[in-house]
Amino acid sequence: MEISVKQENRHAEIYLKGELDHHGAKGLMLQLEREIEVLLPLQLVLDFSGVTFMDSSGIAVVIRTQRRIRELGGQLKLRKVAPQPRKVLEAAGINRLVEME
Amino acid sequence: MKLKAQNYVTMEFLSRSSNEGFARMAAAAFAAQLDPTLDELGDIKTAVSEAVTNSIVHAYPDSIGKVVLKLKILPGKTLEVSVRDWGCGIPDVEQARQPLFTTGGEERSGMGFTIMESFTDRLTIRSVPGKGTTVTMRKRIQQRLGAGK
Ligand SMILES: Nc1ncnc2c1ncn2[C@@H]1O[C@H](COP(=O)(O)OP(=O)(O)OP(=O)(O)O)[C@@H](O)[C@H]1O
Ligand SMILES: [Mg+2]
Repeated sequence: MEISVKQENRHAEIYLKGELDHHGAKGLMLQLEREIEVLLPLQLVLDFSGVTFMDSSGIAVVIRTQRRIRELGGQLKLRKVAPQPRKVLEAAGINRLVEME
Repeated sequence: MKLKAQNYVTMEFLSRSSNEGFARMAAAAFAAQLDPTLDELGDIKTAVSEAVTNSIVHAYPDSIGKVVLKLKILPGKTLEVSVRDWGCGIPDVEQARQPLFTTGGEERSGMGFTIMESFTDRLTIRSVPGKGTTVTMRKRIQQRLGAGK
């Protein structure tokens, strides 16, 4: 998957683009971990507007990202989640664990 | 219940992750003849992706094996999807169906079967350890007002 990053002070926004399945998640998690390590954000927004499909592989990515951010004392927020990925997150109850705009 | 298929396709592919996108797009393209809504198409793609990913990730953890995807149209605007592998099998299917149960470590969340169950109308899992697994799902496509003119 393709990502792009915007950052101001310790507020970071990462834009995800593509299909977040098992095939895409493998590389995405590595990219996210690398960015988090460099940016050390206090707030990280994952912008889902470019995510055209997501399955349970994306749930693990969101949960792992949240854990990593919290270890650093920061917060994770998901933004602009389209209906299909939203339904997956809700079916798994993730909307109760992770903040979604 | 065994119902006679009005149409079907069968696809065989290797358990490579690059085939996940192909499998769900093929299912969506085949389902289009039932005139589903975008929401219903999303449900079908999600359910297929979950089942195929399980065969790729769990059935053949350290090797590449064969996966067969069957798509059928059954009477009553119903799509049946079955995903079969000849991998390691599931020792306890009831346990595997529980939310959060996973043998996949931190890359998995244990929610795949829960999602398949909530995105389709019926989910059956047949598995024999050492022989393989078949996951079958049925989804009824709603009759739409003003459709079929
Ligand atoms: N085709 C299969 N072959 C062998 N074992 C399987 C198969 N499908 C599922 N399993 C077993 O059932 C468990 C639960 O599957 P499920 O899809 O619900 O969760 P998961 O794949 O572990 O995580 P997630 O789907 O959320 O990424 C798996 O962890 C695995 O042990
Ligand atoms: Mg799974």
